Amino acid sequence: MFAYYLELALRSLKHNRALNVLMVVAIAVGIGASMTTLTVLHILSGDPLPGKSARLFYAQVDGDPTPDYKHAEPPDALDYQSAVDLWSARRADRQALIVDSQIKTRAPEANRPPLMLMMLSTTSDFFPMFEVPFEYGSAWTPEDDANRARVAVISSDLNDKLFGGQDSVGKTLRLGDADVRIVGVLKPWRPSPQFYDVRGGRFSNGDTSDYYTKPEDVFTPFYTGLEINDGNFNQFNCWAPPPNPGHLVNSPCNWVGLWVELDSAAKVVSYREFLNSYAQQQKTLGRIRYTETRLRDLMQWLDFNQYVPRNAKLQTWLAFAFLAICLFNTVGLLLAKFLRRAGEIGVRRALGASRGAVFAQCLTEAGLIGLLGGVGGWLLTLLGLWLVRRQPTPYSDLVHMDVAMFFTTFVLAVVVSLIAGALPALRASRIAPALQLKTL
Amino acid sequence: MDIQPILAALRKHKIPAILIVLEIALACAVLCNAVFMIGQRIGEIKLPNAIDEQGIADIRVLGTDPKLSADDVPRNLAALRQIPGVTAAAVINTMPLTNNGWNAGVGTSPADVMDKDSPNVATYFFTSSAEQALGLRLLRGRFFTSEEFAGSKLSDSYIPTGHVTLVTQSLADRLWPGQDALGRQVWIDKDFHFTVVGIVADVLRPNENGEGLAAFHWSMFLPLTPGPGGYLNDYIVRSAPQDRERVLRAAVAKLEALSPNAVVRPITFTDIRDKYFANTRSMIWMLVLVCVVMLAVTAFGIVGLTSFWVGQRRRQIGIRRAVGATRAHILQHFQTENFLLSSAGVAAGMILAFGINLYLMQHYQMLRMPWYYLPASAIALWVLGQLAVLGPALRASNVPPVVATRDG
Repeated sequence: MFAYYLELALRSLKHNRALNVLMVVAIAVGIGASMTTLTVLHILSGDPLPGKSARLFYAQVDGDPTPDYKHAEPPDALDYQSAVDLWSARRADRQALIVDSQIKTRAPEANRPPLMLMMLSTTSDFFPMFEVPFEYGSAWTPEDDANRARVAVISSDLNDKLFGGQDSVGKTLRLGDADVRIVGVLKPWRPSPQFYDVRGGRFSNGDTSDYYTKPEDVFTPFYTGLEINDGNFNQFNCWAPPPNPGHLVNSPCNWVGLWVELDSAAKVVSYREFLNSYAQQQKTLGRIRYTETRLRDLMQWLDFNQYVPRNAKLQTWLAFAFLAICLFNTVGLLLAKFLRRAGEIGVRRALGASRGAVFAQCLTEAGLIGLLGGVGGWLLTLLGLWLVRRQPTPYSDLVHMDVAMFFTTFVLAVVVSLIAGALPALRASRIAPALQLKTL
Repeated sequence: MDIQPILAALRKHKIPAILIVLEIALACAVLCNAVFMIGQRIGEIKLPNAIDEQGIADIRVLGTDPKLSADDVPRNLAALRQIPGVTAAAVINTMPLTNNGWNAGVGTSPADVMDKDSPNVATYFFTSSAEQALGLRLLRGRFFTSEEFAGSKLSDSYIPTGHVTLVTQSLADRLWPGQDALGRQVWIDKDFHFTVVGIVADVLRPNENGEGLAAFHWSMFLPLTPGPGGYLNDYIVRSAPQDRERVLRAAVAKLEALSPNAVVRPITFTDIRDKYFANTRSMIWMLVLVCVVMLAVTAFGIVGLTSFWVGQRRRQIGIRRAVGATRAHILQHFQTENFLLSSAGVAAGMILAFGINLYLMQHYQMLRMPWYYLPASAIALWVLGQLAVLGPALRASNVPPVVATRDG
């Protein structure tokens, strides 16, 4: 029966061309707009480490003893003392300190001007913990962390730039005035968002597109980084002026992040207790005053920072309002299309077609128009995404259509057209055969 | 014109009539808010910035040894000033619209600084003759003296130790509303205070800083003499606009020659502005595109449905013509019908627009929409409806009376 309805639907496409084209275009434009924004939103709001993110946690302790109104929530970064204490306690399955800073970078072998790059100083667990893929070499060892070894891991981008994509393990990189040996080169790695550096979302006023920048180009052991780039670190906040600006070790500033991996619920509970008891103990020692602690898992931390840029959400709202207008439009036009054929429908009813059959036939026609609109919408979405990629936002290179979104386009188009078709089809199926036959 | 028959006719076509009303209502609501957002963003791009935007280039020099900057900076400036065409050169900690914010909470007394509501202000520190290099426009008072530059060093708290400042007109109005700001004290933290010696026309901050457009002009300027520490990185080079590109190339060559290990990043101020507002501009274009396509879709929807009605009512139209209605009567019938539908649509649409605006105010920090957006977009949709209905209505008025005598 469906095949017959489809044939009828195809046949009816040839009549009332203008009306059909109008409907297909309306659906295509509506789908194009909403799928473009939905795809962007889908890419921005994804889980950067699916399957693992529930076991990764961001630890917060409040090291700021200033009595004021700010302590309902611990700050987004740790002070040096707390960070190092918690890290060296090694109570989690894995733990990584992170701090990033800008540094002048050169390769003595490559003959090109120096670059100012972002360097992440972290600890060896960082790489296995965040499943960072290596092209050449490997991460440094925990001994390198302890010995402040002059080693580095570089990004695939930087390796292409300085060494033409060759295996550069063992080569030397000059960071500031220090020489470090390259021990590893990453594969292209582009988590979305660049989750481990996310912080301060509460103060960003919804403009969070910076969370989607590329990862740092240079990775060094934590203490090594602090040594070679001393004087060039930025605080998250300070509760008193640091004695040497840019040198934040043991300064009254929050600036270091701590990520931990906890592989079972029991461990999460005990790590929470550990954090609380650490805060209590430090309070007893008089170093800190406020004992609020937090241990949010990765997605909770991202949500807390309201990581999806507000503009992207606003655009999605706008696009769906637009789709709704296209939907109303299509309902009206489908109604016109079906009722114009009242005579034909009357004949079919008189010849024995049930109301259900007429309804099904009309819906098939609506679905077919939706499918055609879906094809148009898919092409318009590709055009829309191409436009987004040309924008200067940090995430523009991430934007592409994946398989899920490809199918969503067509599902959405057909569903929209079926919703639009339901009411007109119902009206058409109520046409009284006798009345129509009389007027023929 | 008697609207009774029109209402009677509409009652026969409830669903299509409701659909048109809903479509117009939604279009009206989206149009109001989208146009308001476009206006807001254009306002942001158009904000005045009283520096010589066309003549300024900014060269950021990074990666030099901070311990040597007391000597490097004067040497570099002397070299830059020798370039033919350079009218002024100076060093500053950051430039407007570069997203490199140096902000501080300020107040009119030490107690006021610690207040939660004390304004957050962009602080620019610069070396002598930077007023000329930027092209600041002095409204009242005076610029800094060379003694004031010489006596001001950067303290450990990143704040200069001098005791004088220039403030923008907007900041002066915020700190001392309705009073004369000259000679008054501004406090930064509780340890630093500065006497206002001059008021300059509004200069933008490095970034909007999430405090709304009103705060975008809260800037203050402090004199500074180059010392150790790598905080004065932005070389401002001013020239006539037509010399700018040439001067910038020469300046980069000179700086690279003087500090071969440095990373030198040149940019003209017009490029800084373009970069800062690139996202805003693309958002404007997207909103304009959505509005245009949405209105087109609405218009075509009206054309489609009215055409259908005209087709359905050919016989009735013929009868009306046969019993004496003129073409103008038929035309008027459809126009009035559309006017009634549009009116119902915009009435609902204005309420919806207001509701959406309230929601956006709550969740997206939108401002309250001025009332005149509502009638303006109502008029736009009325006009759109009349234009869309004109074609089908003209076709209806051309239905010959003889149709009435035919069957079917």
